[in-house]
Amino acid sequence: MLGVKAGDDASFELLLRRFRTPLVNFLARMVRDRAVAEDLAQEVFLRVYRARKQYAPSAKFTTWLFRIATNLALNSIRDGRHRQMEVALDQPVKVGEDERPAIEVPDHRPGMEQQLMARDRAARIRRAVEALPEKQRAAVLLHKYHELDYDEIARILHCSESALKSLLFRAYETLRVQLAPLVAPGGESATGPRD
Amino acid sequence: MNCERMETRLIAYMDGRATEAERREVDLHLIACAECRAHVEEFRRLWAVLDEAPMTQPSASFDAVLRQRIAAEPARTGWYGLWSWIPAPRLVFAVSLLLLLSVWISSTPTGPVINPTELAQHEEEFKMIKDLPVFEDYDVLANFEALSELPPKPDQSNGKKM
Repeated sequence: MLGVKAGDDASFELLLRRFRTPLVNFLARMVRDRAVAEDLAQEVFLRVYRARKQYAPSAKFTTWLFRIATNLALNSIRDGRHRQMEVALDQPVKVGEDERPAIEVPDHRPGMEQQLMARDRAARIRRAVEALPEKQRAAVLLHKYHELDYDEIARILHCSESALKSLLFRAYETLRVQLAPLVAPGGESATGPRD
Repeated sequence: MNCERMETRLIAYMDGRATEAERREVDLHLIACAECRAHVEEFRRLWAVLDEAPMTQPSASFDAVLRQRIAAEPARTGWYGLWSWIPAPRLVFAVSLLLLLSVWISSTPTGPVINPTELAQHEEEFKMIKDLPVFEDYDVLANFEALSELPPKPDQSNGKKM
C-alpha cells in the first residue's frame, strides 16, 4: 500500500490481484448478490485509490480494506436495495458472457449424481451462512474464510474481542444446528450416499 | 471453568489462537465434560463442512470496469476534492446562515440619524480634538509657574504705573 501511496501503479495492480477475489467472495456472501458484490468491491478499490495519499499504516491494510468492505456491505443490506432472492436448488447456475463458469469440470469428473449432491450441499451451506444475522455473518466470513485475527475482526465490527468470541460461538452454534444433517457423524456425505 | 465460559474460549481453542493458559483451562474442562467434548467434535466437523462452500470468482470484466472507473476519477477528483473540503452539510448551513446574517446586518442602518447642524458641531469638536496638542502646549505655557517668577517687562511695568 505504501507503494500505491507513492504513486506506483504497479503496486495498485498487485493489491488488485491479491484482494479482488477475497473481496468479491466476502461481499457476495454478505449481500447475497454477485453483481452487487462486484460493484461494492470496485467501490472499495476506488476508495483505496482515492485515499492512497492520506494512507497512514497505523493498522493492517487488510483490516482497513475489510472495514471499508464491511461498512459498504452493511449499508447496502440496510438500504434494502439489493436483497437477493434465495436461489432454488433446482435453479440452473447462470453463466454470463463475461463470467467464468462456477464449476469447471475436468475429464475425470465424478458422476452426474455426485455433482448434483455436491452442488446441493454447497447451496445448503451457502444458504445457512447467508441466513445468519449480518454481524454474525460478517464475523464468520472474516474468521473462517479470510482468517483475520480476533483484534482485526473486532476493530472491523466495532466490538470487543470478548464480545466477538461470543458472537462467533453463537454464529457457529446456529450453523451447527442448521447444518446438523451434514455435520452429524455418519451424516450426508460430501461424495455421495454411503453404501 | 464451567460450560458457560466455554462460549468465549472454545473458538480460540479450536483455531489455535488461544493462549497457553486458556488452552490448559479448556483442556481441563474437556476432560471432565463429555457434553463440551462432543461440542468440540461437532464444531470441527462443521468447519470442515463450511470449507465446502464454493468461492465466488470476480467476473472477467472486473478489472476493466474498475480501470474505467479509476480513469474517470481525475475529472471527478477536482469537484470531489472541492466538495470534500466542505466537512459537513451542517457546517455549510451554519456558514451560509452566518453569511446571510452579516449581509442583512450590514445592509440595515446601525446608528441614529444625525442632522446637518449636529454634524457641523461634531466636525468642530473633531477639529478641536485634532488640535488638542496645540491647546495642551498653550495650557502648559499659560500655567507655567516658572514664568510668573520672571521680572516684568520694563515697558509693561511703566504702563501699569501710569
